[in-house]
Amino acid sequence: MDDQTRIVNQACQRVGNDRLRLMDILLDVQRELRCIDHRSIAQIAQQLNCARIEVEEVASFYSFFSSPRKGDIAIRLCDDIVDRFQGMPAIARAFEQQLGIRMGETSADGTFSLDWTPCIGLSDQAPAALINDTPVTRLTPQRVVEIIAELRHHGDPAKLNTAAGEGNNAHPQIAVEVHNQIRHRGAVLLNDAPADAGLDVALTLNSDAILQRIEDSQLRGRGGAGFPTGRKWRTAANTIAEQRYIFCNADEGEPGTFKDRVLLTEHAELMIEGMTIAALAVGAAHGIIYLRGEYSYLKQHLESVLSQRRQQHRLGCSIGGRPGFDFDIRLQLGAGAYMCGEESALISSCEGQRGEPKTRPPFTAERGYLGYPSVVDNVETFCCAARILTRGAAWFRGFGTAASAGTKLFSICGDCDRPGIYELPFGVTVDELLIAAGARDPAAVLVGGPSGELISQTAFERRICFEDLSTAGAVVVFNDRRNILEIVEYYMAFFVEESCGYCTPCRVGNVFLHERISKVRQGLASPQDLAYLQELGDTIAKTSRCGLGQTSPNPILSSLQNFPLVYSALVKERDDGWQAGFDIQRALEESRRLAKRRSFIYDPSYSDSTNSDKEAPA
Amino acid sequence: MNTPIRFQIDGVEVLAEPGQSIMQAADAAGIYIPRLCDVEGLEPQGSCRVCTVKVNGRTAAACTQPAAADIEVENDTLELTNYRRDLVRMLFHEGNHLCPICEASGRCELQAMGYRLGISQPTKYPYLQPARPVDASHPDIVLDTNRCIRCGRCIRASRDIDGKSVFGYVGRGIDKKVGVNGDNLLATDASIDDCAIALETCPVGCIIQKGMGFYKPIGERSFDHQPIGSNIEGNRSGAAHREETWRQGEE
Ligand SMILES: Cc1cc2nc3c(=O)[nH]c(=O)nc-3n(C[C@H](O)[C@H](O)[C@H](O)COP(=O)(O)O)c2cc1C
Ligand code: SF4
Ligand code: FES
Ligand code: FES
Repeated sequence: MDDQTRIVNQACQRVGNDRLRLMDILLDVQRELRCIDHRSIAQIAQQLNCARIEVEEVASFYSFFSSPRKGDIAIRLCDDIVDRFQGMPAIARAFEQQLGIRMGETSADGTFSLDWTPCIGLSDQAPAALINDTPVTRLTPQRVVEIIAELRHHGDPAKLNTAAGEGNNAHPQIAVEVHNQIRHRGAVLLNDAPADAGLDVALTLNSDAILQRIEDSQLRGRGGAGFPTGRKWRTAANTIAEQRYIFCNADEGEPGTFKDRVLLTEHAELMIEGMTIAALAVGAAHGIIYLRGEYSYLKQHLESVLSQRRQQHRLGCSIGGRPGFDFDIRLQLGAGAYMCGEESALISSCEGQRGEPKTRPPFTAERGYLGYPSVVDNVETFCCAARILTRGAAWFRGFGTAASAGTKLFSICGDCDRPGIYELPFGVTVDELLIAAGARDPAAVLVGGPSGELISQTAFERRICFEDLSTAGAVVVFNDRRNILEIVEYYMAFFVEESCGYCTPCRVGNVFLHERISKVRQGLASPQDLAYLQELGDTIAKTSRCGLGQTSPNPILSSLQNFPLVYSALVKERDDGWQAGFDIQRALEESRRLAKRRSFIYDPSYSDSTNSDKEAPA
Repeated sequence: MNTPIRFQIDGVEVLAEPGQSIMQAADAAGIYIPRLCDVEGLEPQGSCRVCTVKVNGRTAAACTQPAAADIEVENDTLELTNYRRDLVRMLFHEGNHLCPICEASGRCELQAMGYRLGISQPTKYPYLQPARPVDASHPDIVLDTNRCIRCGRCIRASRDIDGKSVFGYVGRGIDKKVGVNGDNLLATDASIDDCAIALETCPVGCIIQKGMGFYKPIGERSFDHQPIGSNIEGNRSGAAHREETWRQGEE
């Protein structure tokens, strides 16, 4: 048996040849063989006794799986716009120079590969990158030289000599140079509450009483949509079924959002306590934490918290001595797909499928994982639930606004002096956040990430809450020297990259939106192009199948509305009635390069060139 | 006995059995809702979005949205027709649809949908012009995925009716395409007798049976005399409807 066969077979056996665990198999194979080629795919299919195309469907969906071989050391640079504005282009050049390869390539000896990846949840310490699983932050070209020298020496990213992170980041099980940057601790989440006080209360209550407390607290989901948590739990509890499941959504993929990373690092116990309370309330025996692949460096830490809790009888059989209350949790790693943060896509991924959303109705609370009622909630939502059980619904409702109870974690990044985590009550204004974060010359703020709204100065007095501007946490600040259209174009590229491709409008329409916004940015657009963006954006928003496509035109639609002058400055109505959709100079560039000569007709400088040598400059 | 559900489509009262989708109820009532990925006999997939209707004012895909008592469904409105036109244009521009030289011309549902919706000239979007290799390895079948509209009808037919897995989706986003269970079609267990390969399964000219190109002369093809949807509309005049749509159009 050759190495490849042995590795693939072991990966399958590790999960008992369970088809549902295909993600784990593929993650193992990618890690060990640095690729998932056709041969591995066929071998996995044989082991799982399924069709080869089934395995290929899944392997080809996630960006961390690749069919060409990646380097033993895979370097992924965060290409988020925040990182770009903070110097990423120079970092990328430094990596290219040090490694002698271009972005997207693997070195000839197979040691290094260099790729771009969307936001890795470290926007407050940009520019940042992942080296295999290890995050490196606040990169400088000099630091790149050191990192590569060190990697050439010992070859192990986990051993990189990094500055110790703060808090649990310095814990031997995590040990990365990541900083929590908690700038403001509110009353609900970021303080030292007595461990498991909420679970202890829950253990004295029946299911209905727990549900009642969550409902009374008016807790709404922290993952973005703000669905009433109590109502979701009650739906799952009331749906007749043999089993129910609890899912913690730790996929945190919205660019500019990194608050779940801090909760996972510092308050994993609280989150798991919340999941356990949910299990008791709805009658679930199994839970899954879906951790984005970018946060794999937290896996060991989370596994150890889970096993500690098993030892303390806070997970496992008869939890807290309550007979019949059995609940355990496993960890599922993702593999680079923003889509999997959507709750039904997350479930598809846990079932070993492509990370595509499921048809709704039925809703996941009624029929989710394997058709069983499933509660999917954000990391922060579970933390809030645990605190509500401890301190009571009325206490929780005492923070925030009428329709948005409690405090919220904001992850602020971009052009400000104090990026990081702020826990503040809902209802805080954008202005207040900007002052707290030390934003000196803010011109635009993206609230809620690219699927949220890009607002201008005139709207900084708006409040952040479900009634007004809602966000899962992302608040990205841009100063007055940033190009709004560069920002918009980047985010459209993000959606093109991350669309699952299931439905026509999101798969195709976003490509067209991106093409046209580039044209606007180049100054080639006419007023008709703006109408085109508006109409196409409207069709995509109205006809897309899931939240991704329904909000993907937002960077364009909200900037058209809030920054009309940016557009009107670039859009020209031409006197001759022609549209400058076609740039002859650009179109000729490639042929000029190939032919190594200029065009007699289109190069005005050609005829009066004193240089008789007709070659184009290199 | 199940009591039927009553609701309205464009003000017309319609009856549905519990469990039926809006699409199924509309079909039974002789009301045509345009569609490309949905086809009778296969599980609905809800991916092309051409069947987008409004249910109590909110957009939804008629093929996957359950009929419910007292809902008000909008179907034949200018707003929805415009969305559908955009979606059909997107599909035209995503692939290579050179109708005059295509074997499926005249029976192609995409082409017919374009006509029905009044799209009669080149449209505003850029062409993506894919250049994927054509798979002609199989003795009886050709696969030209440059014409594929990702409707998944072949995938579902192979899996749910033929009990095989000849086709599947690979890639994501704009790179999502139909792949086969092997290095090429010859390496799969595809057969000319599969439901997945039947002429009616692929709505366009992506799956082609060898020797069947242009087998029907112009004038005898499925959509030569009546627009797509006429079979459902029954005696409601298809031609009259088509003219109505054209008059609504901006083209
Ligand atoms: C494209 C997309 C990405 C999403 N990503 C996340 C995510 O990373 N984390 C999250 O908690 N919710 C995410 N959501 C929202 C989830 O679908 C779901 O509403 C949420 O997990 C429910 O939990 P909550 O009620 O506690 O917020 C995403 C939704 C969409 C449409
Ligand atoms: S809107 Fe459609 S293509 Fe986009 S992510 Fe959702 S299902 Fe996939
Ligand atoms: S027919 Fe309903 S989405 Fe395609
Ligand atoms: S005519 Fe429609 S695909 Fe050929």
